[in-house]
Amino acid sequence: MFYSDKFWGSLRGVVNCLLVVYMLAPLVVVLVISFSSALFLSFPPPGFSMQWYDKMFSNPTWTRSLITSVKIMVPAAILSTIFGTAAALALSKMKSKWSVFIRGLLMAPLIIPVIITAAAIFGVFRIWGLYGNLQGLIIAHVVLTLPYVMSTVSANLVMFDTRLEDAAANCGATPWMTFRRVTLPLISPSVLSGLLFAMVISFDELVVSLFLSTPQVRPVTVQMWSNIKGDTDPTIAAIATALFLFSLLALLVDGIARRRSGRAPGL
Amino acid sequence: MLARNRNLLLLLPAILLVGACFIYPVTWLLQRSVSEPVWGLQNYVTIFTKNIYIGVLWNTASIAGATTILCALIGFPVAYSMVHSRPWIRRVLIFVVLIPFWTSILVRTFAWLVILQRGGLINDMLIGIGLITEPLDLVYNRFGVLLGMVQILLPFMVFPLFSVMARIDGSYFKAAINLGANPIRAFLRVYLPLTMPGLATGAMLVFIISLGYFITPEMLGGRGDTMIAQLIFQRIDEFGDWPLASALAIVLLVGTGLLFVFINAVLKFRRGRI
Repeated sequence: MFYSDKFWGSLRGVVNCLLVVYMLAPLVVVLVISFSSALFLSFPPPGFSMQWYDKMFSNPTWTRSLITSVKIMVPAAILSTIFGTAAALALSKMKSKWSVFIRGLLMAPLIIPVIITAAAIFGVFRIWGLYGNLQGLIIAHVVLTLPYVMSTVSANLVMFDTRLEDAAANCGATPWMTFRRVTLPLISPSVLSGLLFAMVISFDELVVSLFLSTPQVRPVTVQMWSNIKGDTDPTIAAIATALFLFSLLALLVDGIARRRSGRAPGL
Repeated sequence: MLARNRNLLLLLPAILLVGACFIYPVTWLLQRSVSEPVWGLQNYVTIFTKNIYIGVLWNTASIAGATTILCALIGFPVAYSMVHSRPWIRRVLIFVVLIPFWTSILVRTFAWLVILQRGGLINDMLIGIGLITEPLDLVYNRFGVLLGMVQILLPFMVFPLFSVMARIDGSYFKAAINLGANPIRAFLRVYLPLTMPGLATGAMLVFIISLGYFITPEMLGGRGDTMIAQLIFQRIDEFGDWPLASALAIVLLVGTGLLFVFINAVLKFRRGRI
């Protein structure tokens, strides 16, 4: 029995099914409950209703926090994409030992535990007057998302043929023109990936936002956090589903962009 | 020269930002941890001598350790199955394992709460079929924390294992069997050692990332499961106790850093020998 392929095949099947259940079941449950007609978190729900989505868009607490999240995400992701792409381009051309050090420095916010970053940023930002306002949250989110943009663009630049830039320069293009007409079009899929990555990370970010936000300026994840800690109703399931769909949408856009540019989908 | 200046100019915004809003704040924490109430290491002495802090340090290490072991036990068969499945199944499995990278920890932790709480899905089901009469405590304890953390950290174990297993030649195992080893012995002496680099890398990643976990233990854990990150948050949020919170943060930072360097050195040493 131990040697038969059939035994191993079915054992693999069991492992695969258990894995899918473990990884997906929680999300499916939340998705289903968000359409529940019951007034509390019961499963399976007694009937279908959109009431929690209605509530999400009619309750000012939720709409305000959703808008706050977007107001943080958009500028943070754009700034992070610009700074991260610029840094990745510069580092790819640097030959000195410094480049390894600088890369490590810029990647550090991704590597060290986020609670340390959060406490440190909170302590200093409070002194600088960046606590409880959008500016502080935006700056903190740029710091947190920068490593994602940089590593995505850098991974693409490794495969980039720099002779194309030399050729453009030899043909009389200015550095800016070379960048606009040669470099950027070739690395744009990874820049878009970086932007989407930064958007998702910013929108989902909780720990740093928890420190820097006040009841007046409160992104949606912090609002969810305080609701979950109090009493929960299915509105949270609706918000959670919305957050999940947003991530999925970003993944989909990324996949399409990569396919069109002829690169392999996935990470 | 011109190109060099241009590179510096391109790097400047990122460096200034990370320097001012990350490096400086962390050094600020370090300074507060050793300068208040007076200059000295008194905050660190408190952390390593008072029972409540030692308890939290122990919780942190034991939860991270248990998460690592569980991730290895689950990740090993999963990675094996991925390597040996048909391509389309493999693609589905990779997508499923990668979901953590694309959904917030908050959403997934909340989902566990819905399933595990006293009036939750599992308890309702078990009572419904008459297996139990009183709801089980599945959450706000160590079980809940581990269930949530293993799910989130599994990819960090699966992918290093996957990449190593994909390169292992199946004929080694068959050779061991043909030479008279029973399958268990062949697995332990031939297959398992070959997967060691992946297993070690995965374990290191999972353990180090676990040490700094905050959201999952805070939401799914009980009072006895407080980890160091939660203590840092509490000290600042409830007591405004910056010196001690700073010292805790530095302990976490130095602890993870040293561990990273140490394990890397051990892995390099072993690789050199093989």
